[in-house]
Amino acid sequence: MTANIATMAYIAAIILFILSLGGLSNPESSRRGNLYGIVGMAIAVLATVFGPRVTLGGIPYIVGALVVGGSIGLYAARKVQMTQMPELVALMHSLVGLAACLVGYASYVDTSIVLTGAEKAIHEVEIYIGILIGAVTFSGSVIAFGKLNGKIGGKPMLLPGRHWLNLAGLLGVIFFGVQFLNAPDINAGMMPLVVMTVIALLFGIHMVMAIGGADMPVVVSMLNSYSGWAAAATGFMLSNDLLIVTGALVGSSGAILSYIMCRAMNRNFISVIAGGFGTGGGSAPAAAGSGAQPAGEVTAISAVETAELLRNSKSVIIVPGYGMAVAQAQHTVYEITKFLREQGVNVRFGIHPVAGRMPGHMNVLLAEAKVPYDIVFEMDELNDDFPSTDVSMVIGANDIVNPAAEEDPTSPIAGMPVLQVWKAKTSIVMKRSMASGYAGVDNPLFYKENNRMLFGDAKKMLDEVLVALKS
Amino acid sequence: MSLTIGVPREIYAGEKRVAAVPEVVEKLLKLGFAVRVESGAGAAANFSDESYQAAGAQIAGSAAELMGGSDIIFRVRAPAPEEIALMQPGSTLISFIWPAQNPQLMQQLADRKLTVLAIDSLPRQLSRAQKMDALTSMASISGYRAVIEAANAFGRFFNGQVTAAGKIPPAKVFIAGAGVAGLAAIGTAANLGAIVRANDTRAEVADQVVSLGGEFVKVDYEEEGSGGGGYAKVMSEGFQQAQREMYARQAKDADIIITTALIPGKPAPKLITAEMVKSMKPGSVIVDMAGEQGGNCELTVPGEAVVRHGVTIIGYTDLVSRLAKQASTLYSTNLLRVTEELCKTKDGILNVNMDDDAIRGLTVIKAGSITWPPPAPKLPAVPAQAKPAATPATPARKSGHGHGAGEPASARSLAIIFGAGALLFWLVGAFAPASFLAHFTVFILACFIGYMVVWNVTPALHTPLMSVTNAISSIIAIGALVQVAPPLLAGTEGRPDTLILGLAIVALTLTAVNMFGGFAVTRRMLAMFRK
Repeated sequence: MTANIATMAYIAAIILFILSLGGLSNPESSRRGNLYGIVGMAIAVLATVFGPRVTLGGIPYIVGALVVGGSIGLYAARKVQMTQMPELVALMHSLVGLAACLVGYASYVDTSIVLTGAEKAIHEVEIYIGILIGAVTFSGSVIAFGKLNGKIGGKPMLLPGRHWLNLAGLLGVIFFGVQFLNAPDINAGMMPLVVMTVIALLFGIHMVMAIGGADMPVVVSMLNSYSGWAAAATGFMLSNDLLIVTGALVGSSGAILSYIMCRAMNRNFISVIAGGFGTGGGSAPAAAGSGAQPAGEVTAISAVETAELLRNSKSVIIVPGYGMAVAQAQHTVYEITKFLREQGVNVRFGIHPVAGRMPGHMNVLLAEAKVPYDIVFEMDELNDDFPSTDVSMVIGANDIVNPAAEEDPTSPIAGMPVLQVWKAKTSIVMKRSMASGYAGVDNPLFYKENNRMLFGDAKKMLDEVLVALKS
Repeated sequence: MSLTIGVPREIYAGEKRVAAVPEVVEKLLKLGFAVRVESGAGAAANFSDESYQAAGAQIAGSAAELMGGSDIIFRVRAPAPEEIALMQPGSTLISFIWPAQNPQLMQQLADRKLTVLAIDSLPRQLSRAQKMDALTSMASISGYRAVIEAANAFGRFFNGQVTAAGKIPPAKVFIAGAGVAGLAAIGTAANLGAIVRANDTRAEVADQVVSLGGEFVKVDYEEEGSGGGGYAKVMSEGFQQAQREMYARQAKDADIIITTALIPGKPAPKLITAEMVKSMKPGSVIVDMAGEQGGNCELTVPGEAVVRHGVTIIGYTDLVSRLAKQASTLYSTNLLRVTEELCKTKDGILNVNMDDDAIRGLTVIKAGSITWPPPAPKLPAVPAQAKPAATPATPARKSGHGHGAGEPASARSLAIIFGAGALLFWLVGAFAPASFLAHFTVFILACFIGYMVVWNVTPALHTPLMSVTNAISSIIAIGALVQVAPPLLAGTEGRPDTLILGLAIVALTLTAVNMFGGFAVTRRMLAMFRK
């Protein structure tokens, strides 16, 4: 295969990747989109293996690596539970980051690339930046993985003077960058490169450690973005347009997702990354609800009464949150939905953009439970319908349904768009306790006249509701 | 020292309600109050003295005995002058008062140095006040009862049936005014199976009408009729003309008309003329719930049911009392909620906190000085506050679906961005070699394509998007592949082949995990999205 044919194959792969992302614009075409991605990847890999840059001697190694890695990947993809998707995605980002680092080092020590002058400087800058982004992605993703599966506490870890630490890190990276560029040979350049890698790893850890549990959707999509930029940087390093384009696609995709998530929380990207918002430990209601409580009474309700309310209603909107994922309650939710729909009740789901731990988390869980996607709506599609809804049921969500965001300009979450569940005739909030959400803000919803609290584990209570419904 | 709440017997003719039922008495005792009930106070609403005693109340033999020993009086109707004379100076009265219509009564109450909370003066806009809103609870009872009275006077079924004895058409009910009473009437009539149509000058209630099973009939004339505070206002002549025509059409068609139109402080609007009554089918029924304010129908006789032109016109003013037990229960619960607001410490002491919006509105006389009407700026401030709080949500809504990048940035930040971009591009152009520029072009264009494509992704698929982009980012494998065994050119001695091979293979394995795993898990997820 000549270099020209390989290049054309790369262009074909690029087109397929773009189509792949384009296919995700709706669930119908999304399966085909994924197929495009697979075909594009296969073309790219084959064109490279059989192209002019790889000799026959390397093929056994390549096949070996692909078989080993591929089987691990396929096994993981088969075994992973849908509630663990955020962890899996974070872990995979770390692999891309690490791979980018390794490729960067390999490229640096490769003496077969002979460049001079500005080209040499540019190439070295590319290596330097590629390894930098790769290392940050790697360590950041590993920490995000730890936080998401609970191995590391969800609490933001705030070192004193953390902004100064970050600044010092940045200055260090620039300083060693200059050293690296001025290094006379590879051995002399290796030292600043390694030091920079260590700084980047520490920076990645520090950055994600400082971010609280519910900001995770932003972090995960940001790391997604970084893994793309790492690929793009590698592309520059190797003068490979396919890598550049793909990396840029992935990078901008992640950046847009981060932006959407930030906007859904009405927060500035910088302030999320700077971390340290609120003190609650994740939106799991483990943190003690303290501080002043809004006046009013909380009215509790039993599972049987909930079933009664649901049965007597004409339209129901269910608002799931991270609590549903934790309790693995999505299947019971679907059973209840199915039963009510058979009774002619109009059941719909309202999804807040930042519900859960990664963008679209709730949609995936509901899809897993076989909830048809045409009754799952976004916040903005549904928010005007609450006044004509009989019952809105909140399952394990808190801040995303907090009326204080709209009513109380002094609230820390003021201005964040929320699902207006309180406008329904009755709202039912399922929660384990009265603790406040991740933002540490008390929720006036609980004290509203038309609100009922169903205390207990979401799965257990929903099972009881289902039994009561069917009896 | 805890205070005593007194519940007298209502002496107004036809009034069967009582201001506290035994169930509420128990709860008042829990708040720390003592409760005394006049003998026979609940009799008309089917609550015996024994049931009050069982709930823990003391029974007082006469009104004089009751009022003399009570610090707080719960009433339904405003007291008559002779009753005011019995009350202790300095005590508190909670009752319907209608201060605007009864200036004389207000003066008498003030002269007696009372503190008076008028349940009808509650600022209803406060959502917190809903639980205390006796106007609403009473109106919904009268709406229900109006339908029952109509059904009683109407000679046919409400619901349509096909029976062995023939086909029965459903009754057609037209309801004028979709306030609380109107809505309750709509729901009740629809539940009985009638075809329900309703009209209101406030267009925003149309959804509520539909939600209760009614059909909203529009007036063919554009004018907004909301007069604030949930009430209607007087409409223009053109509108009234169009409205009359619509009513005339409905009158010809409907079997039952229920009118609930009231404008605060004004006589009830005459919606149904004698002509319209004449045009109705014989045996039809009109329930005029505005009887007390003169009636919405020209032929209404307040307080009575009369037959005119073959149509029964019911003008009862005591619809609520006709459901005395239910009305008493709801009313006394409303009063209980008021008491809870007044006694947050639960120690049986009243604290009339004039800084509280709800209490400020309720309190029409404070210790003998008239405090009605409440300061004007405070009430309009409530809806005004709600508006700015709601606005921040609107910009987000525009682009929430993920289409488009939101509203354009301000000119200044745009200028800064362009400035920085120009500088950056100049730097790159000035120093970078040509080969880099080619790649850079590709890079920038790819960023834009990514930007355009990704905005179209539906938010429901954000997780698959992340996993597929993640899988695609394992394109970095290409980087590793070309390092495994490149064709060696001359002059490359000293290349650490083994080291590079090792690094490349590890990188390749890692990306393979990602590549296969990423696509497989995306496939698994997407397979689950189904209709």
